[in-house]
Amino acid sequence: MLYINCPHCGMRSQNEFSYGGDASVIRPELNKEVSDQEWDNFVYNRKSLRGKHLELWQHISGCRQWIKVERDTATHEIFRTFKSDEEVA
Amino acid sequence: MTQAFRIENGGLINRDKKLSFKFNGKTYLGYEGDTLASALLANGVHLVGRSFKYHRPRGFFGAGVDEPYAVVQLFRNGETEPNIKATEQELFEGLEAKSVNCWPSVNFDIGAINNFLKIFLPAGFYYKTFMWPKSFWYRIYEPFIRKAAGLGVASTKHDKERYEHKYEYCDLLIAGSGPSGLAGAYAAAKNGAKVILAEDKPRFGGSLLTNDVNIGNQSGKDWAEGIIAELKTMPNVVVKNRSQIFGYYDHNMLVMSEKVSDHLPSTKKYNPNKRLWYIRAKEVLISSGSIERPIVFGNNDTPGVMLSSAAKEYLKVYGVLVGRTPLVFTNNDSGYETAIEFKKHGVDPVVLDSRKNPESEIIDEAKNLGINIKNSYVVVAAQGYKKVKSADIASITEDKKQLGKIENIKCDCICVSGFWTPTIHLASQSGNKTKFKEEIDAFVPGQSKQNEITLGAANGVFTLEETLKTSFKAGSELSKKITENDNEIAIPNVVEKKSSQHDKFWCVPLPKGKNYKRFLDFQNDVAVSDIEIALREGYRSIEHVKRYTTLGMATDQGKTSNLNGLQLVSEIENKVVPAVGHTTFRPPYTPVSIGAIVGREVGKHSKPTRKSPMHSWHEKNNAVFVDAGVWLRPRYYKRGNENLFEASKREAKNVRTNVGVCDVTTLGKIDVKGPDAAELLNRVYTNAWLKLPVGKARYGVMLREDGIVMDDGTTTRISENHYHMTTTTAQAANVLSHLEYYLQLVWPELNVNVVSTTEQWAGAAIAGPKSRDLLQKLFPNSDVSNEGLPFMGYMEGDLSGVKARIFRISFSGELAYEVNVESDFGNFMWEKIMGVGEEFNIQPYGTEALSTLRIEMGHVAGSELDGRTIPFDNALEGLVSKKKDFIGKRSLQRSAFIAEDRQRIVGVVPLDKQTSIPEGSHLVKDDKAPLPNPKLGHISASCWSVEYDNPFSLAILKDGKNMIGQKLFAMSPLKNKVIPVEIVSSHYVDPKGERVRS
Repeated sequence: MLYINCPHCGMRSQNEFSYGGDASVIRPELNKEVSDQEWDNFVYNRKSLRGKHLELWQHISGCRQWIKVERDTATHEIFRTFKSDEEVA
Repeated sequence: MTQAFRIENGGLINRDKKLSFKFNGKTYLGYEGDTLASALLANGVHLVGRSFKYHRPRGFFGAGVDEPYAVVQLFRNGETEPNIKATEQELFEGLEAKSVNCWPSVNFDIGAINNFLKIFLPAGFYYKTFMWPKSFWYRIYEPFIRKAAGLGVASTKHDKERYEHKYEYCDLLIAGSGPSGLAGAYAAAKNGAKVILAEDKPRFGGSLLTNDVNIGNQSGKDWAEGIIAELKTMPNVVVKNRSQIFGYYDHNMLVMSEKVSDHLPSTKKYNPNKRLWYIRAKEVLISSGSIERPIVFGNNDTPGVMLSSAAKEYLKVYGVLVGRTPLVFTNNDSGYETAIEFKKHGVDPVVLDSRKNPESEIIDEAKNLGINIKNSYVVVAAQGYKKVKSADIASITEDKKQLGKIENIKCDCICVSGFWTPTIHLASQSGNKTKFKEEIDAFVPGQSKQNEITLGAANGVFTLEETLKTSFKAGSELSKKITENDNEIAIPNVVEKKSSQHDKFWCVPLPKGKNYKRFLDFQNDVAVSDIEIALREGYRSIEHVKRYTTLGMATDQGKTSNLNGLQLVSEIENKVVPAVGHTTFRPPYTPVSIGAIVGREVGKHSKPTRKSPMHSWHEKNNAVFVDAGVWLRPRYYKRGNENLFEASKREAKNVRTNVGVCDVTTLGKIDVKGPDAAELLNRVYTNAWLKLPVGKARYGVMLREDGIVMDDGTTTRISENHYHMTTTTAQAANVLSHLEYYLQLVWPELNVNVVSTTEQWAGAAIAGPKSRDLLQKLFPNSDVSNEGLPFMGYMEGDLSGVKARIFRISFSGELAYEVNVESDFGNFMWEKIMGVGEEFNIQPYGTEALSTLRIEMGHVAGSELDGRTIPFDNALEGLVSKKKDFIGKRSLQRSAFIAEDRQRIVGVVPLDKQTSIPEGSHLVKDDKAPLPNPKLGHISASCWSVEYDNPFSLAILKDGKNMIGQKLFAMSPLKNKVIPVEIVSSHYVDPKGERVRS
């Protein structure tokens, strides 16, 4: 079970969180012309990376905040975690 | 009953307390502190089971967790448990156990015929045989194999025992209380670290209990006792025996199973049977020791052949002789230690050492005691069927290829030692890349991946002095990092005998003309010849060889067989062992009770139960409840002998003719507040929300980004910046997360807060032609007329002093209202409604009637919004705004979603107007078409229309728009039904929606 550092609450076990997928996906702006390819990339296409991956988790049984977690998908190592509005440098 | 093989004195058992127990129906005596194995051996019982494949007689091979043979069925306090190792099960008064894998009895076992058929049962026999004829597999072969195989029977009764889960955090977790674990724990504890020390056996001390060593002028055993006693007094230390750490998971999470009650005749009041610990450790010290490995020779599975360390343990810990004429077969000095113990207790062993001329302190001691030692000698084969009677022995050449003349010597047990295998399971599970250590012919942990360190024998260190030195140091350094204390510990003096180099020899060659079975895996009956066959047939990867031959796949997970198997593969393949590699170690290290894994999450505790504030009223009024997610909802209110069908029909009919009331507390409720609340709703829902006035409700549909309907519900504008959103019962949590996702990540500029208020409000739906009259009486000071409170209107009211929210919304298609009060007043509201409603013939209605009402009105619900439908499919395209953008809108342009023959909701009526159509039935054009019959659609919901008094269903049907009036068939192979049906409009009752506006 992963041990995730919630930037709001501290170290918590994985069973308090729910997974939210790739954090680098950006929703196309509202009321903007979007091509089929762009929309497919947003809704469906994911890279499924092996290695360092920035992903979303929600601290669902805690502060209910969505956070960003930088995790290695192969080793599960967690490098850093960020608040939703924090710059990922 | 005498304990003929119990020595006069010695051992750590309590001789003042005799215990009586039964094995295979026969009564025996043992002592407190015995295991089932040691007590049976004390009584001279060696035959405990039959082997898995050939049903050969099985005895005891080890004395602990590594035991491959002595697996029994245990009976305790009216319960039974399979797969119990007799070597681990502590004796208690009244214990009962039976052999497994034999039928009808262990002495006369019909399956033993396999032993004579073994030529037909080679590696992979499951895959090769029993293939023809096909129908024989499940009718004859499989039931027979099931009866003959297996390691016991699971109880079919409910387990009365209780199992607990516990979460724990510590600085240092130590797995194993041998010398390494004790030293590490002591040093860390002295530095103030929070330490958990876990030992799987009942007694602490590991090898110190059986090895003849001195630490700091006391025996190893006394030193261990002193350390444990001191650790137990320290507040920062938890010391646990009977506790097996069986899994090492991500981020230093380890799981431990504590046997709280298995050693007692029955579980004490308020105690669990087992406790599962989830331990998050900052650092882990693995001191799991090592397991002796066997040398492979002919018939090496005969009862009486056992590990030399086990024989020593039975003698030193339990005071039991495993034989009176023992033969010790060794390739290293450990065998001598066992021989010395025998000799000290008046028994004359013979030692066969495969080495030519070994010299060491231990060997000198054996020689001085006058022990008969034969160098360059090996056991070729054990003789005897149900028990060793003699051994064929021979000299062996230095290259270990040629055997000398075979001699036969009498013996009643063969104690074998092929050196030691470090227990690296936990380290390997942690992700540690193990490495092969030439000097000990075994794998040891390599580079750590997580915060773990392996020390002592588990790390291939077999001298006590070095083990203590490295372990004190590690305990001290690891704890210093955490507590910043540095209390120095003086390392005690150690007296131990020096060993000589072991012989790299593990398998005795077959003598000419003999075809003895030489077993590698004792539990799964995998012999040398099986591995040879697998390799001959082309299996190369060790993982494949393992699966084809089942080497190391039994419940003992190859603790005694893995390395010898690797040796064999490497020899045949002409590779070195590290090039062959080992199979992956996976948790659990040893079998764990399913009960312990499940914990308390059984029965009604398997999920939370949510009840509405009116629950006790429903109970008192004969409600029959149904699970709705985690909620309990009244399905119907039983009157007299009514069944579900009759009751729900009555309730639904009463709504259509008079007035009914339904508990709708479970509906998800979300408060949406803030200056941008309307903007959020406008983006989340498919329809327009910016112009909804205060005091009005609106029905809305929300999509996922892929265009699929996520949820529906009404949202009401309570005040300028305050909306009350409702969701379906099932989707409440998901919708909240969905809103939070967009507010926190996608549109953080929106100034809106959302919070769940599901539990804060109790809700009652009042529906039926007389609902307005009832409402007027409930709220005499409010104007609830059609003008005062029009359809989709909202007002606040005063319910006899309780503030209430009144919504004019309808799920039943009738004139209807929903009244909400704060949860604490829920029951007050309900009783008020029932009391005042009496004169209007009010009846409560449950979810079944609720469904009937919504189905015949064509209102969609969960069975249509099933994660596969878009608004069009549900005839909701009128709610999809063409002007504004919203979540999922772009996806609605996908070609499949705008196809001319897109699926759509329809109504379905059986032609005979009698036969109810099972939900899930497929709609097909031709009921006689060959399979697979093309499916045009499926029945999503069925009811008995109270309006027309005939069955009615909703269906999602391909090209549904153009199918009205068509005749099709509803087929349900599950219920074996074929029903001719007519497709009609989904709005079966009041298609113009006049009643809700009346």
